[in-house]
Amino acid sequence: MSAATPSATASHAISPGTSALLLLLKMRTFVALILVFAFFAINAPNFLTTANAVIISKHVALNAFLAIGMTFVIITGGIDLSVGSIVGLCGMVAGWLVLNGIDLGALGIGYSLQFNTFEIGLLTVLVGMLVGLINGLLITKLNVAPFIATLGTLYVARGAALLSSGGRTFPNLSGNAEYGSASFPYIGTGNLLGLPFMIWMLIVVAALAAYIASRTPLGRHIYAVGGNERGAALSGVKVNRVKLFVYVFSGFCAALVGLIIASQLQASHPATGETFELNAIAAAVLGGTSMSGGRGRIGGTIVGAFVIGILSDGLIMMGVSSFWQTVIKGLVIIAAVVIDQAQSRLQARVALQQEAAAAARTS
Amino acid sequence: MSEGHPIGLTIRGGVKVYPGTRALKEVDFDLRMGAVNVLVGENGAGKSTMMKVIAGVESLTEGEITRNGKVVDFHSKADAVAQGIGIVFQELNLFPNLTVAENIFIGREPTRAGVDIDREYQRAETAKLMKRLEQPIHPDTPLGNLRIGQQQIVEIAKALAQNAEILILDEPTSALSAAEVEVLFRVIADLKAHGVGIVYISHRLEELIRIGDYITVLRDGEITGSRPMQGVDIPWIVRAMIGDSSKEFGRTEPANFGDEVFRAEEVSLPRPGGGYAVDHVSLSVRSGEIVGLYGLMGAGRTEFLECIMAQHPHSGGRFFVEGKPLTEKDVTGRIARGIALIPEDRKRDGLVQIMAIRENLTLSALPRFAKFFHLDLKAEAKTAAEFVKNLTIKVASPENPVSSLSGGNQQKVVIGKALMTDPKILLMDEPSRGIDIGAKAEVFRTMRRLAAEGLGILFVTSDLDEVLALSDRIIVMADGRITGMFESGTDAAAVIAATAPVKEPAA
Repeated sequence: MSAATPSATASHAISPGTSALLLLLKMRTFVALILVFAFFAINAPNFLTTANAVIISKHVALNAFLAIGMTFVIITGGIDLSVGSIVGLCGMVAGWLVLNGIDLGALGIGYSLQFNTFEIGLLTVLVGMLVGLINGLLITKLNVAPFIATLGTLYVARGAALLSSGGRTFPNLSGNAEYGSASFPYIGTGNLLGLPFMIWMLIVVAALAAYIASRTPLGRHIYAVGGNERGAALSGVKVNRVKLFVYVFSGFCAALVGLIIASQLQASHPATGETFELNAIAAAVLGGTSMSGGRGRIGGTIVGAFVIGILSDGLIMMGVSSFWQTVIKGLVIIAAVVIDQAQSRLQARVALQQEAAAAARTS
Repeated sequence: MSEGHPIGLTIRGGVKVYPGTRALKEVDFDLRMGAVNVLVGENGAGKSTMMKVIAGVESLTEGEITRNGKVVDFHSKADAVAQGIGIVFQELNLFPNLTVAENIFIGREPTRAGVDIDREYQRAETAKLMKRLEQPIHPDTPLGNLRIGQQQIVEIAKALAQNAEILILDEPTSALSAAEVEVLFRVIADLKAHGVGIVYISHRLEELIRIGDYITVLRDGEITGSRPMQGVDIPWIVRAMIGDSSKEFGRTEPANFGDEVFRAEEVSLPRPGGGYAVDHVSLSVRSGEIVGLYGLMGAGRTEFLECIMAQHPHSGGRFFVEGKPLTEKDVTGRIARGIALIPEDRKRDGLVQIMAIRENLTLSALPRFAKFFHLDLKAEAKTAAEFVKNLTIKVASPENPVSSLSGGNQQKVVIGKALMTDPKILLMDEPSRGIDIGAKAEVFRTMRRLAAEGLGILFVTSDLDEVLALSDRIIVMADGRITGMFESGTDAAAVIAATAPVKEPAA
């Protein structure tokens, strides 16, 4: 073995200052969350009440669902612009099923199929997953760029939602006890063990997503595809299957949101969910997901969704104009990405130093 | 003779240091005007580095360059162009989406009033150049529509258009047909007559002897021979190229070959635009055997390995693993059947740079650690640690990103990833590329050990020393075909001759 060069042996103990800074940068979204929370606790009246906490977490939850699905998509190096439209479409599907069921008149049978709440939820979610599947097939089989493919389905799904009612709202979705759908409003408004039912749903979906990301081969493959698609393919990763999964999962998450909103309002409006995709992307990016793929965590995304949610609700409570809110949200996102860059650079430097030191020690 | 050929450019004491290697060691080089200065040496001998220094793409660490007797200091390619130096790189630097004329004038577009591109002038000049090069190429043809050989001609035209007094051609004929080579040689003769100094790099030795006036041979960054071309023959060049020594990776234990583990029959891959990138190649590898696949760039070796790894859906032919046909159509299936590939380009194909060392090691073998869909992270970490130890990968922590490792250690991670799938046949594409000598030796030792343990290894290399020393059997490819098979201990000149069979003048 060759002798270590002097420069490789010296100066490679990482200073405590550097590691503290790195830790702070890694936890930045969490730090931001605490700062935002503390700021509003002091400055906004009634911010620190249980009722307010429930309201905020319900707002956050809607974005968090979308952001979880979006995180997987972005980790593979893609983007899903269609989630807002899927929210709208799935809301209409749920509303239609509650009000009308499926009319079999066209088949020459003189009656319609009616569904209970569970079946309505299931069918709605399947529609969302179907749109996701279409996204995935466009991207994998027809080689359409994710941005374009999902931009297309954004329009198509929105148009379909508008067509379903002629642009009108489906009102009075209180369900029908006769068909077993009287519990439909429970999805978005019910409570279970002291927490809103939809929060339980979020906990389940988030836990599932976090598990997939960190403890399954599928999760590892998602990261590998985003980190180096060619390399992953040559390592035996079924790239297309992974991509199909992330878009279907994103469609699934968006469908849940559509379902919950229809249930909360007991009405569904075809314009619901417009620009939701942007909030979802913002939450994912704020939580440390890299737009170039390969990096991101579900936990980070949830925290990111909370930062955005608390920021907008808190500003409203302080009476800040909604125009300023938009500006502030944008600045926070830009700051997050700038800090993210700084962190990656520092992290890469620290790892390089460690490895150089290790190479010097052993040679 | 040298009186007739004034020296236009010299390098004295030229040293170029890259992190970890000295690419040039105290070279002295004279470039003669109105003559063809051929430059020969193995891959990595320093030819390209020396040319990049002359063309201003790289600058010398030590030493000086003089041009027409004055010391010059090139900081960019533009500085060299200003001194009348043009270079045609082996890898083409062209834009397939632009037309031929736009490519030739890229970056120095003739304009009217400084804004509007003078397309007419561009077209007329391009047409003149094409006429001179005897090519029926219309200036408005999109470059991407041309064959590679024609694209090379365009690259040469680009250099001519800048009125270069010194023209460096780095393997200009590797993609040309026999007829196009003749045209190029006529152009070179014409340029010579006009006093242009030409540097000509090639691996085709007959070609060099035919066209060269002076020859310079490089080995490991040193000039091992430099003289006028008279009296030079192929044995002289080969001796200067590889020396008499080498053979440091030789087999120590006796060979112990088992049964055939892998066989390829009639593998072919059509090239877009006609012909074959892989032309009906058949070969087999026994267990415990190291087969070296040698050839020049573009011989189709990498493509052949890619066919085995199911990267080309349009390829034809049959594969057998341990006598049973390989019917799996995707990479995952082929890995499961015992095939593992170590790609040529680690960064692009071998590793996911931002993932941890552990995650890269286990990427191909995740099913090993999974029960249904649950990944046993402890078992994974344990196995990764074992591989790090067995392959002596030097890491501070297997959790650091793989990008933080040196080239040699990254290569060991790629090898570890392949081995973790329990392969029966290991395909290695240029396993020693971009790693230092110490790491190279370790990689070769590992290859020997794996073969001794019964693995079949098929490795591609462009390094003659390497293929001669490491292979139990050498297969040479050229133009997609197998052009030679040699047992170990064969004569270097025969192997070299097989890499560049004389071209039959086609069509």
